[in-house]
Amino acid sequence: MSGRATGIYRRRLWINRINLAMSMGTMAIGMLFLLWILAVLFRNGASALSPTLFTQMTPPPGSAGGLMNAIYGSVLIVATATLISTPIGILAGIYLAEYGRNSPLAEATRFINDILLSAPSIILGLFVYTVYVLYVGHFSGWAGSMALALIAIPVVVRTTENMLRLVPSSLREAAVALGAPMWRVILMVTLKAVRGGVITGVLLAVARISGETAPLLFTALNNQFWSADMNGPMANLPVVIFQFAMSPFEDWKALAWAAALLITMTVLILNILARTVFRQSSVR
Amino acid sequence: MSASEAQVPPMPMTDATLRHPEPVGAKRTSPPRWQDPLFEHTTRFFAVLVLALLACIIVALAWAAAPAMRKFGLAFFVTDVWNPVTLTFGALAPIYGTLVTSAIALVIGVPLSFGIALFLTEMCPAVLKRPLGTAVELLAAIPSIIYGMWGLFVFAPFFADHVQPLLTGTLGKVWLVGALFQGAPTGIGVLAAGVILSVMIIPFIAAVMRDVFEVVPPVLKESAYGLGCTTWEVVRNIVLPYTRVGVIGGVMLGLGRALGETMAVTFVIGNAYRIRTSLYEPGNSIASALANEFNEASDPVHRASLIALGLVLFVLTLVVLAASRWLIAHLARGEGAKT
Repeated sequence: MSGRATGIYRRRLWINRINLAMSMGTMAIGMLFLLWILAVLFRNGASALSPTLFTQMTPPPGSAGGLMNAIYGSVLIVATATLISTPIGILAGIYLAEYGRNSPLAEATRFINDILLSAPSIILGLFVYTVYVLYVGHFSGWAGSMALALIAIPVVVRTTENMLRLVPSSLREAAVALGAPMWRVILMVTLKAVRGGVITGVLLAVARISGETAPLLFTALNNQFWSADMNGPMANLPVVIFQFAMSPFEDWKALAWAAALLITMTVLILNILARTVFRQSSVR
Repeated sequence: MSASEAQVPPMPMTDATLRHPEPVGAKRTSPPRWQDPLFEHTTRFFAVLVLALLACIIVALAWAAAPAMRKFGLAFFVTDVWNPVTLTFGALAPIYGTLVTSAIALVIGVPLSFGIALFLTEMCPAVLKRPLGTAVELLAAIPSIIYGMWGLFVFAPFFADHVQPLLTGTLGKVWLVGALFQGAPTGIGVLAAGVILSVMIIPFIAAVMRDVFEVVPPVLKESAYGLGCTTWEVVRNIVLPYTRVGVIGGVMLGLGRALGETMAVTFVIGNAYRIRTSLYEPGNSIASALANEFNEASDPVHRASLIALGLVLFVLTLVVLAASRWLIAHLARGEGAKT
């Protein structure tokens, strides 16, 4: 009797051990993939890194060159997209957290926003193509910024709302009792209290759009040459990576790896920065 | 933080101010009455803008896809021909590719995500929780195109040399399933795309699972441990049943991501419009078809057909993501009612 009982007990212990070991194994597999990708990126990208990346234009096949125009274009497009999406996202987030709360309009907006958060980015590029590029008749940096802004807005809305909801009502009441109108309460008391969290949201949005390629294919396209004209096709790192990596030329492939390393480093640093420096899970 | 608390009249002094005109100096301290409504309406305007965006996307895509719909009708969705020369287009092959790659991604990605979430919530030492959790999230931060390059230049050759022969030798001999693992191991194809997708969706599914595992009331788990349950038994019989709805929501979220993932799939799927039994064959997903062809499509019908594909993809992801959100919200509400 007792022998059988210890048998069952042993079996349960072994099942437990095996399953927990498998769980640990999955964690190891996840980390393995992360390290594998980063190692490949560093090995191939580091050898292609050089100062000329920042001083020369993207070359024609078979000759040396850099990524200057693509880096400039990427920075400009992402900066414009951030400037468009930040105020829109923060204001919409303020509405959800401070005015709308549980009203049907706010609930519906929240639901749609959460869906847009995970919607395929290529569709947003297609959307901007149909409503803007088709009308003006040419690809442009502006169109690229618009597509990226549409991807960034839901991220900013979500974090802004989540952060504002952490602010205790007593803080608002205290400000109102001092005679401040609601808009000053929101902008100067509640929003200020969660500043770090909102900045985190914006940084994460910037990190997200910096590496986006698909929406730029149909909007900003690419440009072999230097162009500061937001109203024309613009070089940008992700599309350069796509074109160069898919090409049969070794020079281009090397440049693609360098660009890939640059972009990934930017994105990872932004992510880690957002999570450590500006990390905020409660009201300061 | 209820609704009534927020609706404290913003300017309790205003009425009194109107009845008894104050000296000039006092007036300056009371702000104009239009500021508050203006601010509220501005914020509401942008919220409505976000709300309207979804409908705008559907309408704009449907409008642009109309020429293809007029030409092919409903047959568009069930035709397995994609020929830009004769201008005959059918969406079946890319739809098939999208569904199959996503299915492969789920089959591999869900158990991995579950294991990772289990490890992070139940087993991980407290010191490692933050760094390991962040590391998993970084998998989501790596841009899709980086996965694509890694997939094409590193993973595909590795896959062809080591994994595919192994699969053909084992699963390839199993009745019925075997047909899926036949053919030349090139590394490029539907299976490779699915495997890379599975890595990409792990952080999303794992994050949701982690969140819902954390909401299980400790007293439930403690009671089970008190009865002598092992960690696995607690997870299997307490945590999973309690969070079932949320876990399914997380899986749906991963599915939504996998359906629309573009660049990584474009690099490794092989860009071929065909439906083959073997998963080693090249194929095409909706997103990869768009990325590969859209800029070269000069004919209006070709372009409209591609936009129609995009619309199919968008509606597909909408349904999946809406179901996911609904399930996760449902769990959160149910949980709130219980405690």
